[in-house]
Amino acid sequence: MLDVQNLSMRFGGLLAVDQVSLDVQEHEIVSVIGPNGAGKTTVFNCLSGFYKPTGGKIVFEGQEVQGKPDYKISRLGMVRTFQHVRLFNQMSVVENLLVAQHRHLNTNLLSGLIKTPNYREREQKSLDRAAYWLNRVGLLDLANRDAGNLAYGQQRRLEIARCMVTEPKLLMLDEPAAGLNPAETKDLNQLIVSLKEDYHVSVLLIEHDMSLVMDISDRITVINQGRPLASGTPSEVRENDDVIKAYLGEA
Amino acid sequence: MIAHNFKHALFCAVVTMVVAYPILGLNLVARGTRVGLEGADTTTLIAIFVAAVVVFAFQLYRDTLMAALGKMPKLNPLAHREPMPQAKRVKMESWVLTGIIVLALFWPFFVSRGSVDLATLVLIYVMLALGLNVVVGLAGLLDLGYVAFYAVGAYTFALLSQYMGISFWMALPLGALLAALFGLVLGFPVLRLRGDYLAIVTLGFGEIIRILLNNWTAVTGGPNGIGGIPEPTLFGMEFGRRVKEEGNTSFHETFGIAYSGEHKVIFLYLIALVLAVITALVIRRLMRMPVGRAWEALREDEIAARSLGLSRTAVKLSAFTIGAFFAGFAGTVFASKQGFISPESFVFLESAIILAIVVLGGMGSQLGVVLAAIAVTILPELAREFSDYRMLVFGAAMVLMMVWRPQGLMPMRRAHIELKRQE
Amino acid sequence: MQDLLYFSQQLINGLTIGSTYALIAIGYTMVYGIIGMINFAHGEIYMIGAYTALIAITGLATLGVAWLPLILIVALLCAMIVSSSMGWAVERVAYRPVRGRHRLIPLISAIGMSIFLQNYVHLAQGSRNIGFPALIDGSFRFGSSEGFQLSLSYMQITIFITTLICMTVLSLFISRSRIGRACRAVSQDLGMANLLGIDTNRIISATFVIGAALAAVAGLLLGMYYGSVDPLFGFIAGLKAFTAAVLGGIGSIPGAMLGGLILGVAESMTSGYLSGEYKDVVAFSLLILILLFKPTGLLGKPEVEKI
Repeated sequence: MLDVQNLSMRFGGLLAVDQVSLDVQEHEIVSVIGPNGAGKTTVFNCLSGFYKPTGGKIVFEGQEVQGKPDYKISRLGMVRTFQHVRLFNQMSVVENLLVAQHRHLNTNLLSGLIKTPNYREREQKSLDRAAYWLNRVGLLDLANRDAGNLAYGQQRRLEIARCMVTEPKLLMLDEPAAGLNPAETKDLNQLIVSLKEDYHVSVLLIEHDMSLVMDISDRITVINQGRPLASGTPSEVRENDDVIKAYLGEA
Repeated sequence: MIAHNFKHALFCAVVTMVVAYPILGLNLVARGTRVGLEGADTTTLIAIFVAAVVVFAFQLYRDTLMAALGKMPKLNPLAHREPMPQAKRVKMESWVLTGIIVLALFWPFFVSRGSVDLATLVLIYVMLALGLNVVVGLAGLLDLGYVAFYAVGAYTFALLSQYMGISFWMALPLGALLAALFGLVLGFPVLRLRGDYLAIVTLGFGEIIRILLNNWTAVTGGPNGIGGIPEPTLFGMEFGRRVKEEGNTSFHETFGIAYSGEHKVIFLYLIALVLAVITALVIRRLMRMPVGRAWEALREDEIAARSLGLSRTAVKLSAFTIGAFFAGFAGTVFASKQGFISPESFVFLESAIILAIVVLGGMGSQLGVVLAAIAVTILPELAREFSDYRMLVFGAAMVLMMVWRPQGLMPMRRAHIELKRQE
Repeated sequence: MQDLLYFSQQLINGLTIGSTYALIAIGYTMVYGIIGMINFAHGEIYMIGAYTALIAITGLATLGVAWLPLILIVALLCAMIVSSSMGWAVERVAYRPVRGRHRLIPLISAIGMSIFLQNYVHLAQGSRNIGFPALIDGSFRFGSSEGFQLSLSYMQITIFITTLICMTVLSLFISRSRIGRACRAVSQDLGMANLLGIDTNRIISATFVIGAALAAVAGLLLGMYYGSVDPLFGFIAGLKAFTAAVLGGIGSIPGAMLGGLILGVAESMTSGYLSGEYKDVVAFSLLILILLFKPTGLLGKPEVEKI
């Protein structure tokens, strides 16, 4: 469903991403790994439209999306999380989820002002969807807390729930396990797998936690210094000499 | 530690003197064409000295004082009070609000004409502040040229009535829509700018519009302004002693009561009240709609909002346009109330006052903004001596609020959303 | 011939005003470069500099001092000291406590400060404009044509020379001195500079003090050039100087210089060929256009959005 060909991103003289190609098929979890500063997040920023890539092609469900504005890409069904959680801190937990559903609620101002039955019905639906996902990630009891006051692990889960209420086709997670304790990481592991199994979402994952990556990925792409290094199934990647060198070299 | 504090405190005291003495202590006076210098009176000098001593003492014992201040909230008896149950609070709030509105409806019949006139002005500021609150408080866009949209509303009415004889009721929607159109057109190019640049650019726009009004003498009358703006009518009834417009009747003759200038003032007040209430209700509704949440989301984290498919331009533009719309509303009422407008009513200071109201009341908080609008407008009228110091106090208050309580005196409270339990 | 003379006259006037804008613009640009905020009250600091200079000049006249260089130097020093103290105090009171908060908060605080200072002077010194004695009189006159004479006043020359000196000293200071180096480090990365043991608070204070001192110089020069001051004197000039800073590329000191000169010339051409009423419109339009089409200004570096 996602096909990235020869993606390049240049900042002034610095080539942050150089000819990276990867693809995600339906119903698949693909991970992008690499040492710090390898350009993983830059790849994400290009895919999600925050950066205009300087070269290459990004095809999502048969549509070329490179250079499209971020919000349009998101509306096509590619939604991402951030390395440093980005919630709407002063809004309540449930409001965070309602914001994400603005498209399902896209009505004209007037019908909202006079609360037509149609509007009410749709509003109720989005509330139900929010409640469903809050329950799914275990935050239902905190629905009216300010999002900024949640514990870190809860914020991570809320961010994923916020993506899920938009009913994405491809979920892009940028280091979702960063800052989580082992128990939370295990829960996250199960959640991601369940997103794929139960909700038929494909997942593109950037992660440092190798055990998580090896556990749940169907395929892995390794990049180093902006360049693709290897790709394949977890076992193939694990035994790839270049990968071992890059990681040992860094360590 | 003490030695270091002492040096710092001494330095701060000297700075206080340096900053205060030349400006406060030595007054320039024009003697004919020449300029002379006069020392200020002893009170001022003593005040400067006392200020320096206070600064010195404060800096010297700052750590101790700050620690003591930190403990203060614990002394507040209300700090640990349980919040009222949600349902009860909502009910109480709606009762109180209804009570206030009913009171406001009957109040003008028992007070002086001057008070009613002032109250109308307060209501105009309430409308302006509620509108700016959408832009600044909810959407987080600092608009320093808000007064331009107010001017558009006022001038629309003034010009249409002068050249085409259009009445208040026709001008009201037209003025608001035209202001909104201005907001849309001006907003479109500038809204992709970052926050602080946006502030300066809107300030520039506000000044440009004012300068144009001032210099386009053929149409706007330039600095002389436009007079003879008609008052609103009630179903074709005029409130003047004599009927000006053909086909209209006069209010006091229709009802067979004696003419009184107060009728007109009260009528205008009631119109302003109804409009202010409508403004508040509409914005309140918008806040709970997807568009309102989108405003706040964009204020909180623009990048996250974009990643969820919100179009930055569309969301910001909607806030800007709606804010401008209500400024246009207020402008029309203002023109009608004054009967005369000139560019002098639409200077940057006016934008700053409206901004001060929003900041003091609490960005995003409607009740806070309404109360602040009342306080800011009425206080200078109550104490005439205070009116000289008004802007000085506003400026200082804005700084203090930002330092100590950026959420405002009455911070916005989030609506509680009840969710159905999942089985 | 007359056209050319007229044009040259406008050019000279524009460059004069422009170089004082540049002096004020330095304050905006340095502060923005270091802490990324618009010091909205900077125009007021400049206005206070002009008032202090006038107070000093009047005071010396009352005391019977008549030697011009002494008067100018004392006025300049007084203005610089008071303005710098004001700049320092403003940063301590209104900006340091809100540093690092949401972008709008320091800006609103700065607007509050600007209103406060304007009214402080208004209350202390009255709202009317007060005459500023023209201490430096006379001018060079060049080739006249049909009654039009090109003139370059001694005052204008003074402004050029003073600006030039200030800019040179500032550049040397930034590139050579320890504080200057620290300034550059802090503007690159405040957090990192902090970790490296640079007292960033002091550097930020220094930035405000330097900016204020230069604004005071501009205050004295423009006060003499215009021949009067009033409490609103700083507001528009501040906006213009900010425009100059943005035009040249905010954060860039040569940019402030360039921006100031361009803005000054643009304004004086508008006054000369169109109408003095519209020179502010031209300045603001220039600001809006530059922000829309090249927000990094002429010499500024692009900012990469961090995600």
